[in-house]
Amino acid sequence: MRFNVLEHKLVPEHRLLSPDEADEVLKGLKVTRDQLPKIRKTDPVIRVLEKIHGPIEEGRIVRVLRLNQTAGVSEAFRLVIGR
Amino acid sequence: MPMGGVTKRINAIKFALLSPDEIRRMSATKIITADTYDDDGFPIDMGLMDSHLGVIEPGLRCKTCGGKVDECPGHFGHIDLAMPVIHVGYVKEIKKLLQSTCKSCGRLLLTRQQAQEFMRDLEAQEELGADSTEISEIAKETAKEAQKRARCPHCDTEQSKITLDKPTTFREDGHKLTPREVRERLERIPNDDLRAFNIEPEAARPEWMVLTALLVPPVTVRPSITLESGDRSEDDLTHKLVDVLRINQRLRENRDAGAPQLIVEDLWELLQYHVTTYFDNQTSGIPPARHRSGRPLKTLVQRLKGKEGRFRSNLSGKRVNFSARTVISPDPVLSINEVGVPIEAARELTVPIRVQAYNMEIVKDWVKRGPTPVSTNGQFVPGVNYVIRPDGRRIRVTDKNAETVAETVETGWVVERQLVDGDIVLFNRQPSLHRMSMMAHEVRVMKEKTFRFNLAVCPPYNADFDGDEMNLHVLQSEEARAEAKILMRVQEHILSPRFGGPVIGGIHDHITGSFLLTYRDSRFNHEETTFILSKIGLKEIPKPAKTDKDGTEWWTGKQIFSLVLPPDLNIAFKASIGPKGVKDLKQLTAEDAWVEVHEGQLKSGTIDENAIGAFKGKILDKIARDYGSERAKQFIDESTKLALGAIMVRGFTTGIDDEDIPEEAKRQITDVLRQAEEKVQDFVEAYRRGELEQMPGRSLEETLEVEAMKVLGRARDQAGQIAGKHLGMENPSVIMARSGARGSMLNLSQMAGCIGQQAVRGERLSRGYWNRTLPHFKKGDLGAQAKGFVKSSYKSGLHPTEYFFHAMGGREGLVDTAVRTSRSGYMQRRLINALEDLKVKEDGTVRNTADTIIQFRFGEDGVDPSRSVQGTAVDIDDILQEVLGEEPGWRERMAEKEMTGYGLTEKDMIVELEEEEETEEEPPEE
Ligand SMILES: [Mg+2]
Ligand SMILES: [Zn+2]
Ligand SMILES: [Zn+2]
Repeated sequence: MRFNVLEHKLVPEHRLLSPDEADEVLKGLKVTRDQLPKIRKTDPVIRVLEKIHGPIEEGRIVRVLRLNQTAGVSEAFRLVIGR
Repeated sequence: MPMGGVTKRINAIKFALLSPDEIRRMSATKIITADTYDDDGFPIDMGLMDSHLGVIEPGLRCKTCGGKVDECPGHFGHIDLAMPVIHVGYVKEIKKLLQSTCKSCGRLLLTRQQAQEFMRDLEAQEELGADSTEISEIAKETAKEAQKRARCPHCDTEQSKITLDKPTTFREDGHKLTPREVRERLERIPNDDLRAFNIEPEAARPEWMVLTALLVPPVTVRPSITLESGDRSEDDLTHKLVDVLRINQRLRENRDAGAPQLIVEDLWELLQYHVTTYFDNQTSGIPPARHRSGRPLKTLVQRLKGKEGRFRSNLSGKRVNFSARTVISPDPVLSINEVGVPIEAARELTVPIRVQAYNMEIVKDWVKRGPTPVSTNGQFVPGVNYVIRPDGRRIRVTDKNAETVAETVETGWVVERQLVDGDIVLFNRQPSLHRMSMMAHEVRVMKEKTFRFNLAVCPPYNADFDGDEMNLHVLQSEEARAEAKILMRVQEHILSPRFGGPVIGGIHDHITGSFLLTYRDSRFNHEETTFILSKIGLKEIPKPAKTDKDGTEWWTGKQIFSLVLPPDLNIAFKASIGPKGVKDLKQLTAEDAWVEVHEGQLKSGTIDENAIGAFKGKILDKIARDYGSERAKQFIDESTKLALGAIMVRGFTTGIDDEDIPEEAKRQITDVLRQAEEKVQDFVEAYRRGELEQMPGRSLEETLEVEAMKVLGRARDQAGQIAGKHLGMENPSVIMARSGARGSMLNLSQMAGCIGQQAVRGERLSRGYWNRTLPHFKKGDLGAQAKGFVKSSYKSGLHPTEYFFHAMGGREGLVDTAVRTSRSGYMQRRLINALEDLKVKEDGTVRNTADTIIQFRFGEDGVDPSRSVQGTAVDIDDILQEVLGEEPGWRERMAEKEMTGYGLTEKDMIVELEEEEETEEEPPEE
């Protein structure tokens, strides 16, 4: 890995949720896992997160905190999928 | 549709090829003859119109299923081709397969190990639920890898190069491969190897891409029409199939008779041509098949493709009933919520009314009137066109049967009543680019033959009255009417979701009228005041602002305008007439350009575009936001009428003599222009002598151009300023330009002063002849005149060369707009297709039809732009102002805020863009 993409200013904050947190989020949103937006296991961000947390299996959920000039801070979640 | 959402979800769609066996199995009859009808007009057996293929003539029965016209869906037939031909739709796949399989053993040109690797990858992807594009990507890679091999790893045959001669000829090292040879090769590919290409052999054996039997569509797909003369005219598809059959027949005969190879090959190629154009008559590389008249035939692909194709014209868009279309014209007396409908249209358009016990009496009364009732005073009265019985039968109501039908009407019947005042209809103008292009209006049935509406509603529809037409749709169910009234009413769309400001508001004379009403100490006597106030139906006159010694009473325009403001309204802003960039309160007040409303009273300032105009109206914006759409509607309706009254009292006209300026000013302008020209000449000479000082980052030539443009641009501005000095606020053209009603000061200075430099691609004109723009100038002349500077004004008229330069500049503008509209139209289409099924759910998330989340909060912040203030949900400044009242220095603070803007919201960008555009020529309309 050349560098940590999370440190780039254009990449929003990504945090891996623990299984409990993930369930909480799903309960709060009243959705099932497959209704969430996806992120690939091969995504550079997931690779960085794997450096921290060790291997991340499919089905885990990542929280994305975006800072937007007009909309302010917004929260999103992504489901980790294969390849 | 069943209640409770989706009852069945489509999991997958599988596409397969038809095998020759399957074609023959599904065929109702084999077609062998190109003849269609016999001498008696009956379909010939085994001809293209064989009655096994379905029926199109009423009374006849289908020989396959026995159904009549509306019962029989039609049945396919088939043609056995004498020789195989390639299906144009699959040439790409055929090429790929030929190139990546062995010419002798047919195996995939990969070692067993390689093949297995690719297969594993494919299977793994499928299991992970990868979509079809990803899968086909892997299959493509497999084929690419295989094509690299020069020798078969299985039988060691050397491979030769396969090329495609568009559209359907394959060559191997330059030798032609006949479709039969191609088919034989495809047949040799083993099933197992096909899976590596992501082809399921059960569904699509590749040799089926080379046709040996051709499916003939049912006659219902290609009905023949009988002309008035009694002649039959056949469908284009039938024509094409006739061609195929004829050549097929000749090919078979020649082949069976052992004709020379050359003749057989020619016929074979001709058959290929006809089958190819039968599928797609716009195949590149071959001439399209034509009708006898010279018109290209519309074959299968042409039926589906493009704007007039089945998808865009018949499936995405359909024709509807209960709609009307006519020319539009303005009517300032109508409310913005209303639309004037011609009596003729109102008689045709109907609303279904279910007969119940409570409305029985009145409904019977309507029916009794018949279809064209008129009241005793000649007014429109709604009648009934049709009565629908519970079994669905429609009874046409005529003057003759009206009485008897009225007697028979019972509860449960439906009566189709003609439009009356107050009915809710949808009104639309194409192109429907945003949701305000289709809004709900209340009907006002009127005389004359046009649709009419309030001018304040022109901007959202982008309508004018130079011949524009609009559509009207009558809602047919109670739910639809309720939904339209709550969500689609005009008043609910005053604030645009695009930039959070008003899209509905004053334009043109509406603004001029407000200006005349409120500018400085504009005042009106008793007669004038009553006239203006009668327009808004005010019965009581307020106390006069001033009474002269002789007893004459005067009302100020500001006082009159305040009557339509909410009594507790407070707002302060800069008017449109105020000079740009000036934020000095004293100067603004001196020009009556500082608008201040205190407790619903207009204290100072002029009401113009910045107060009530569409897009910019600040008062309008505030009323819509703080008092709701109903109050905003009332304000627009009333201010329209006040403005109308004021402009009628004062009178308003404009003409070219508005741009008259004194001789002395003209001389000054000529001087300024001459000096500028001389200065440009100086630059040119300096450039020639090589003494011109080069600008950083620019070449010498560029430096000269930049300097010349600068000098000439300044000259035009100066000319404008000199002219402007003589164009004061009493000048109607200036009133229009400064108040924002129409035109700009630039337009005026171009009429009175000087038109200025013409440009193409932002540069002075330079092309046309060798080293010069026109033969009137010397080669290499770099002076102002020779490169497109127009000294004249529109009023004085242009010299011939100037006229030509002006046309050059004008042409660029036209081309630009044409290109821009077509490009943005395509972009819009793509965007809408991508977004059309997204919706905001009750929980604030944006979901697609599969109910997966697209955004967790709409717009990421959950703020509706049409209800936000400059992009935020709450306007703190405004609330502070309201709570704190007028603390010392509030005026300065407001003025400051007014000028600094709020950062780049789109609302401000619109203002900026418009200002930018002012420097360009406005393109001529329509
Ligand atoms: Mg028009
Ligand atoms: Zn049938
Ligand atoms: Zn081989």
